[in-house]
Amino acid sequence: MIPAQFDYVAPASVEDALAALAEHGDDAKIIAGGQSLLPVLRMRLNAPEWIIDLGRIESLRGVRDDGDSIVIGAMTPHSVVGSDPLVAEHATLITRAVEHLADAQVRHRGTFGGALAHADPAGDLGAPVRALGASFVIQGPGGTRTVSADDFFVDLFETAIGDDEILTEVRVPKHTGWGAHYEKFVRVAHQWPIVAVAATVRVEGGTIAEARIGLTNMGSTPLRAAAVEAALAGQPATEAAVRAAAAHAAEGTHPPSDLNGDADYRRHLATVITRRAVLAAAGA
Amino acid sequence: MTATAVDHEIGRDRRRKEDQRLITGRTRWTDNIVLPGMLHLAMVRSPFAHANIASIDTSEAQQAPNVIAVLTGADFGDELGVCINAWPITPDQVTPVHSPMPSDRVSFAGEIVAVVVARSAAEARDAAELVEVEYDELPAALDLKEAAADSVLAHPDLGTNKSALWVFDSGEAGTGGNVEDAIGKARADGIVIEREYRQQRLIPAFMEPRSVVVDPTGEQLVMYSATQIPHILRFALAATTGVPESKIRVIAPDVGGGFGGKLQVTPEEWIAWAVGRRVGKPVKYTETRSESLMSGHHGRDQWQKLTLAAEKDGTVTGLKVELLADLGAYVAIVGGGVPVLGAFMFNAIYKFPAYHFACQTVLTNKTWTDAYRGAGRPEATYAIERLMDELAAEVGVDPLEVREKNWIKHEEFPFTTVAGLEYDSGNYEAATAKARQMFGYDELRAEQMARRASGDPVQLGIGVSTFTEMCGLAPSRVLGQLDYGAGGWEYASVRMLATGKVEVTTGASAHGQGHETAFSQIVADRLGVAFEDVEVLHGDTAVAHKGLDTYGSRSLAVGGEALVRAADKVVEKAKPIAAHLLEASVEDIDFAGGRFSVRGTDQGMAIGEIATAVFAAHNLPDGVEPSLDSDATYDPVNFSFPHGTHLCAIEVDTETGALKMRKYVCVDDVGNIINPLIVSGQVHGGLVQGIAQALWEEAVYDDSGTLVSGSFVDYLLPTAADTISFDIDHTTSPATTHSLGVKGVGEAGTIASTPAVVNAVVDALRQYGVHDIQMPCTPERVWRAIQGGGAGGSTEGAAMPHFDPSEPGQDSTEGAGA
Ligand SMILES: Cc1cc2nc3c(=O)[nH]c(=O)nc-3n(C[C@H](O)[C@H](O)[C@H](O)COP(=O)(O)OP(=O)(O)OC[C@H]3O[C@@H](n4cnc5c(N)ncnc54)[C@H](O)[C@@H]3O)c2cc1C
Repeated sequence: MIPAQFDYVAPASVEDALAALAEHGDDAKIIAGGQSLLPVLRMRLNAPEWIIDLGRIESLRGVRDDGDSIVIGAMTPHSVVGSDPLVAEHATLITRAVEHLADAQVRHRGTFGGALAHADPAGDLGAPVRALGASFVIQGPGGTRTVSADDFFVDLFETAIGDDEILTEVRVPKHTGWGAHYEKFVRVAHQWPIVAVAATVRVEGGTIAEARIGLTNMGSTPLRAAAVEAALAGQPATEAAVRAAAAHAAEGTHPPSDLNGDADYRRHLATVITRRAVLAAAGA
Repeated sequence: MTATAVDHEIGRDRRRKEDQRLITGRTRWTDNIVLPGMLHLAMVRSPFAHANIASIDTSEAQQAPNVIAVLTGADFGDELGVCINAWPITPDQVTPVHSPMPSDRVSFAGEIVAVVVARSAAEARDAAELVEVEYDELPAALDLKEAAADSVLAHPDLGTNKSALWVFDSGEAGTGGNVEDAIGKARADGIVIEREYRQQRLIPAFMEPRSVVVDPTGEQLVMYSATQIPHILRFALAATTGVPESKIRVIAPDVGGGFGGKLQVTPEEWIAWAVGRRVGKPVKYTETRSESLMSGHHGRDQWQKLTLAAEKDGTVTGLKVELLADLGAYVAIVGGGVPVLGAFMFNAIYKFPAYHFACQTVLTNKTWTDAYRGAGRPEATYAIERLMDELAAEVGVDPLEVREKNWIKHEEFPFTTVAGLEYDSGNYEAATAKARQMFGYDELRAEQMARRASGDPVQLGIGVSTFTEMCGLAPSRVLGQLDYGAGGWEYASVRMLATGKVEVTTGASAHGQGHETAFSQIVADRLGVAFEDVEVLHGDTAVAHKGLDTYGSRSLAVGGEALVRAADKVVEKAKPIAAHLLEASVEDIDFAGGRFSVRGTDQGMAIGEIATAVFAAHNLPDGVEPSLDSDATYDPVNFSFPHGTHLCAIEVDTETGALKMRKYVCVDDVGNIINPLIVSGQVHGGLVQGIAQALWEEAVYDDSGTLVSGSFVDYLLPTAADTISFDIDHTTSPATTHSLGVKGVGEAGTIASTPAVVNAVVDALRQYGVHDIQMPCTPERVWRAIQGGGAGGSTEGAAMPHFDPSEPGQDSTEGAGA
């Protein structure tokens, strides 16, 4: 497991990183925590000539409060996101999802931005950030732009980040006081989800006032279960009501078939897991 | 500081001596070995399951930086040798020649076609990517049943895929009746259970990938290898490469697990050997995990067609077993012998009056298969324990009841089985009673009924496995009758050092089992020296010059007994010397607690003092040689037959098919226990490995013969997070055929647990008309079974693409090696 030879640069600022990216173009690859990129290199599935390491750029690290949103730096490791009090208070869904992401070693190295930029539809962070309506701050040679979660995920392993751009931070609107639950269906603990559901709900006096639900691994990108969200709004937080709404979970999805399950099985799982996630999020 | 001997080492929970160095990795793993001027190898492997090699262009690779040579099969002649099959199970077995690096045709994806020799491992790997191989693809024999019908040939020159048909019939052998008569009678007025079970293909995923270093610079050619079998390896190198055995030294340094997967003579070892000799410098090859999964031998892979005959009340009357066993592309060192090891175990603990076993071994274009923890016996145990549950369901009684009706009663030992083995000791009643009580069997059955009655979405299943197995391989005479290419004895020596310390050598070759600790305990007791004063040496043919290595739960039952005999000889040698030094007659000397004493006096000498006196040799009796060192070679007179009762409760989430283990209890009878902590470790680890076959592991190939589950993303190994804490205990029926009274424990957990788990799953689902779930019992299979979809077919589909390289703007490099 030895990667092909590459040159390595670790710039100290986003500007320097962008300059390096501009200079080496297609021959370069950004490395964040390396937890997805290194296996690719070591299995020689890819052989970039340059590796640009964002690890020394302090400004990309950390979580801050920005009024209506919290802002998570792209290079913040999963372990930090998972234990951050701001995230826990205002975006509990992300805290819940990170708890289930890989193992402690991977959470220590892997980064929030790296995972989202990698855009594995089985990744655990896409569904919660979509559900929470996050937006993505992307910096390139022409400056900075912001992309909504709905537009960020383009396809399998493909995002709105251009070849010459870097994801710098993710802005997550505060969902303070919302109940949240991430239900991950796996065969062994260290696996990527076969299917997972990220649910966060605002309950008012026993009624689900608002629900936001993201689906993991039910298509080529993380998905929103819009039909379930609509069906839940205004319903009582009861088993029967949630069951009826969750029956819509697989609508419009195109899950994969692989060693861990056929598409139709995943569609079925989505309905069961959505029900469980919503009920848990609602504290019911 | 001098350590002092305690009263009894045997039976103590000694922490393992070897753990610190093994766990920290600060030790001599093969890959840690660095020799002066050492070169590194990288292999070029076929991406095709079956293809003619049209051409191999090594020119570009030869030009790469620091490449010394790029060699193919054609560059070597006979000096490359062949990988051997040591157990042709029938005289007419069809056995393809297994070149370590074929030059004309590849027979499985992952087979080596060229080797690059370079100054660093990275440069070797880089250059391997530059070797251009042109293949003409051939149709591949992949499906076991189709291959058995010779529809596509794995080796066209052989004309058939059928390698050997091995048959045992109790009627013909005179060990029982005619099974067809029994089945005929049962069809008329009894019960016939007919089932077909699949033993999926598994991969022995040892922690340390295989690694080999060859040093040709001394007088002897030295091979270091991460192997279970240094002695057999040495013999095979001599036998097939023309190098005299006396010129070969094989060293198995610390080895990180094997589970049968390192009971092999591998193409990589043979290639490293040939290259080292060719270039005259030390060479090293260490496989990647991907290479390990793809090309290290696999295990299991059988179809089992089973017919059990019984009377209406559940008394068994006959068992017929028809197996198809997938050998993969070649007949490995034990190869077709693996299912034969199971042939004697299908009847298990039950008094079948008639038994017929037939196994057809079949060649395919998949990775070759061989021993994997349990080797033959897990397959047998799975089949019979699943069948006994089916029989219980048919009769309408508790699965434990039907077992009790048929098992050998404790007062009936020694018992000669319908397969012709003599079980020396055991007590199935005692183990079962204890397990039942620990498990809370009746309470869990009550809970099961309650959940059924209330239609709970979570249903409970209870699985039983009352296994036995044969281990402690093996009486040489029996192996001879089975045409195995070697004996089954083991060797040990005891050397008394001048300072009173003790050096022990054993021909067993530990690779994680804890021999150093357990063997030290035995010697400490036998010689009355301190545990800390015993050093156990192994795994080097120049140190332990003979031996038959470690597999088949044999090291303690066979190697331990050899050690006892060697130690006893030391005492016998020391006695006249003690008498001489104590000025007493030999008849008056007693030996106890490490001390030779003159009976009826307070005079005596410690064995260490005698060792010092022997070293000085100043004052020995006339004609006595100045040495206490002794050795022994022990050939077992019988196998050992551990047994146990395993009970497993599983919760089935009927909405998703997810399974959750609730409780696992096992009461094993492994005879006397030298070190309970080590036994627990073996049982816990063994259980997880067997449970993993039931629930998680499977080597899956696609239609073109590519291993889909080629990484740990898709080959699902459990971790501690996926298992529960097992409740284990023991009963003790000492083995009667040797002095230690131990039985093997290395494979017991693996053999027993698989059917316990699947029986639990099926038990939960029987109410829905389900009577089988194919392994591994994935949530999807379970869910489909509940939906009325049967046991589940073969696993299909792609791997999860988490490391997809196809990101925009990037070229990917291609290469079959990884
Ligand atoms: C054993 C194992 C188990 C895992 N299990 C899970 C799991 O259960 N669930 C889960 O969600 N994930 C899992 N992962 C993946 C993990 O979450 C990774 O951390 C994540 O996918 C990638 O993050 P990284 O920081 O390591 O990114 P890297 O591997 O460094 O980069 C990944 C990709 O993103 C690009 N990239 C990274 N940062 C940026 C940026 N700021 N701007 C633009 N492009 C960027 C890189 O160029 C690369 O293409 C697992 C990984 C491993 C090794």
